[in-house]
Amino acid sequence: MVELSQVAPREAGKVEGVRARARRRARQKQILMMMIGFSLFFGAWYLAVDILKLPRFSKLPGLREVIVEWFSPNPVYGISIFTPEYYQHILVSLARIGTAFFTATALGVPLGLMLGWSEKFREYVFPVFETLRPIPILAWVPISIILFNGSEISVIFLTFIASFFVTTLNTMQGVRSIDETYFRAAACLGATPHQIFRDVVIPGTLPSIFTGLQISVGVAWFSLVAAEMVSGEYGLGYLINTAYTKIQYPTIAIGMFTLGIVGYLSSSLVRFVGNRLMQWRLREIGAAS
Amino acid sequence: MTLALQKSVTAVRRGAIRIDNVVKSYGKGDAKIVAVDHCSLDIPGGEICMIVGPSGCGKTTLLNAIAGFHDITSGRILIDDEELCGPNKPKAQPGPDRVVVFQNGALFPWKTALENVMYGPVRQGVMTKSQARDKARSLLSDVGLSDVEDNYPGEISSGMRRRVEIARALINDPRVLLLDEPYRALDALTKSVMHESLLNVYYRNRVTIFFITHDLEEAVFLGHRVVISTSRPCRPKKIIPVDIDHPRDHRVVTSRRFREIMEETGALVREEAMAAFRAGDKEG
Repeated sequence: MVELSQVAPREAGKVEGVRARARRRARQKQILMMMIGFSLFFGAWYLAVDILKLPRFSKLPGLREVIVEWFSPNPVYGISIFTPEYYQHILVSLARIGTAFFTATALGVPLGLMLGWSEKFREYVFPVFETLRPIPILAWVPISIILFNGSEISVIFLTFIASFFVTTLNTMQGVRSIDETYFRAAACLGATPHQIFRDVVIPGTLPSIFTGLQISVGVAWFSLVAAEMVSGEYGLGYLINTAYTKIQYPTIAIGMFTLGIVGYLSSSLVRFVGNRLMQWRLREIGAAS
Repeated sequence: MTLALQKSVTAVRRGAIRIDNVVKSYGKGDAKIVAVDHCSLDIPGGEICMIVGPSGCGKTTLLNAIAGFHDITSGRILIDDEELCGPNKPKAQPGPDRVVVFQNGALFPWKTALENVMYGPVRQGVMTKSQARDKARSLLSDVGLSDVEDNYPGEISSGMRRRVEIARALINDPRVLLLDEPYRALDALTKSVMHESLLNVYYRNRVTIFFITHDLEEAVFLGHRVVISTSRPCRPKKIIPVDIDHPRDHRVVTSRRFREIMEETGALVREEAMAAFRAGDKEG
């Protein structure tokens, strides 16, 4: 038995090297596949609009036109990476997302923990919660305008609402899915209910919280753009909507791709923070593969 | 009723369990299910007592009652003549004097092996962090796991996880160790390594062990006594003393006496397994 446990770590070192190499190879392959995917997408676009000029696509902006406009120091329609307005739209949207997402997290996570932890609290609050949750964001627009006179706060409120429900629900489910034996083990080891909450409930729920936050940041963008299309003077949703009404079609595409990129970056950031907080999970998955 | 049967453990040690006429039933009327029926058992302090019975026979219910995870319908359970639960207090309070090692393991996945072992004494406030760290390191080295103390449970084998869990229990200096089929999911080879490791630890501190299993060989190899339980409701059907001297090691398995006891107990266990089978109970 002693021999077994001493041999294992030495072998583990070798295995680690092999694993690292395999991971690197897998990563390279992943990047290659990603490039192929993007090429196919842009190729199809280029082919459909610029080359073949298919009837359905005739009014859409072509790939070349969009790229030229996006990177032009003197854009035809006023928006490119060289114009300060472009960054103002991005920053305004980011600030709204940030405010809404952080408020939703700050309120949703504690509420979700309480809903999961206390049966009594759940019985009072959950039915109300479940009644409000299915209401689509657009249905909240009139109420939010009545509630908050300024358009800025109502846009943030709409973004917050969607995020909040997702975060709360995922947190609550996370608490409830923790294996009962962890609670029993902690009780056996002499932990008080307060300590069990801190040592079992919170770390045990963390994976679900971060899954929820990933979805939450996505729906935040979704409802932000919807809200910006309804009201607001800046922001990427506003940019896309006004470009449409002014028939500035390449700008629509620029707005959309920018949304895609910042959306992707924001959910990567959430994932990054989650991985930092859950080293144990990362290593566990690494060991399993 | 069976106090006199104790041979190997001579001195009076703490951790004596007395199970006195315990009944545990669920539901009412026609839907009533009796899991434990008028069960009485005396386990002297420092004994390894193995409870053997078919799966789902109610052994775990009994263990859960001692641990304080649920209440009993009637009867009493005492440890060292202190009443854990009885007519006035149907549910015992779980605590570090009776630590459970669970069937599927319950190490906290978000804590390293060392942090898991340190958890009990630090939370109870009986040791400082550095005292607990020193004690945990020495316990992990006792079970041959010094090399993985900074690994998370998800990174080590299930055999290693079980040993960490035993260390996490022992650091509390419990009166009783409650093991609920802890080696069930392990392969035969790992299992026999686990058994020797458990005995090594046991010889150091002679804690009372209440060990539930359906593996007869495991029971005879480890136990001072093997209690064959009837299948649902759970009640001791026969108590068989294993008169093989401790300390034991794997060579015991090939001895003549071991085989004789295996044969004797095997017949009884098979009877109960057949009864469970006829009753329509499923292995699980």
